Amino acid sequence: MAASKTSRPDLHSEPLPRQGWVAPHIAAEFPGLGIAWVELESRRTNSPEPVRRRLRDLSDRFYGSHAIHMRERPIPWAYRVFFRQIGLDPDHTRTPVEQLALDRLHDGAFVSRGMPADAVTIATVETGVALRVFDVGKLRGELCIRDSAPGEALPDKPAELAQGTLTIADGRGPLALLFGGPAADREIDSEATRIAIVAVQVKGVPQAAVDEALWIASAAIAA
Amino acid sequence: MPDLLDRDRLQTFRVGGDERLARAELRRQVGRLEHELSSLCAEAFPRLTLDTGVPASFAVPRVARLEELEQVRDALAERISVAREALREQDELETRNRELLERMLAAPAEHKWMRISRADVGEPGCGHWHSRPRLGPLGMLMGWWRVKVSSGCPLSGRLAAVER
Repeated sequence: MAASKTSRPDLHSEPLPRQGWVAPHIAAEFPGLGIAWVELESRRTNSPEPVRRRLRDLSDRFYGSHAIHMRERPIPWAYRVFFRQIGLDPDHTRTPVEQLALDRLHDGAFVSRGMPADAVTIATVETGVALRVFDVGKLRGELCIRDSAPGEALPDKPAELAQGTLTIADGRGPLALLFGGPAADREIDSEATRIAIVAVQVKGVPQAAVDEALWIASAAIAA
Repeated sequence: MPDLLDRDRLQTFRVGGDERLARAELRRQVGRLEHELSSLCAEAFPRLTLDTGVPASFAVPRVARLEELEQVRDALAERISVAREALREQDELETRNRELLERMLAAPAEHKWMRISRADVGEPGCGHWHSRPRLGPLGMLMGWWRVKVSSGCPLSGRLAAVER
């Protein structure tokens, strides 16, 4: 009895997802598009054994046929459709979950890349929801999805974004391309102590799946 | 999944009038075609590898214009048409091979040394049927032919168990 009490998760200590906003004209074009995130304490570290074991378990139950049939499942399909709708070819610029599936087949396993990348991998493979990570210390204000204005560029990139490029932005400006940007683990450096795990929702992806993805990633980081 | 195929409600269109409505309709069509192409791709696996790529309109994500969405829709429709034709040809080939296999099983001596793989008849695995003489050269001289069935490679699960 006592053991079950101590192993019960403390729901009040879990970070609550926050909902970002989508520029009204973009939301009118893409109903169902949304952004949500959780903030939590985390550093770039090697993954603990429970997380690496979970990656191995995921690898063991993921085969080539899964990768092929994945695109028939509702959530991966919803991202494929959205990619087509925003002018990207999902067979060239892969959706996050399909990229992970491809890496799994190429590498023979979901290779551990340390935290928080492994947490994102686990949550993405389990739910299919597109996640990425940002350093909270470098964010200003609320996160949003909007198109770029003339003269705007991504941080540390001199090249100006083409006007109308869909981006994830904060109060200062664009942070990353909506999809197809740098890998999740490259967006935070070793000095980051607090991270934001960000989920991008598209039409056809239920809110419950987004919440679950954020919860799984948070739980993996807290492991 | 069905909600992606539903038409967007009109109250979401606040500006742009007919063109926005047309873009929404094209996006719905793109969603339906993508679903169809994905189903064909899954149906073909592992017998056939279908090309599902449609050249991207942009290098970066952005709101596609009407004509760009039309290009994506038309390209997807073309891919589906090619995929259906390839699948139909593959089905016909496999049907012919299955009929040949039946004839070979019924009369091995009339199909000397013929070998038909499981892939040839659209079945998974790497086994095959081989028409061979019983007792080697003696069987060849006597006309004692039979079809030998190979069960193919060991299962990957068994190999993994051996490695452990």
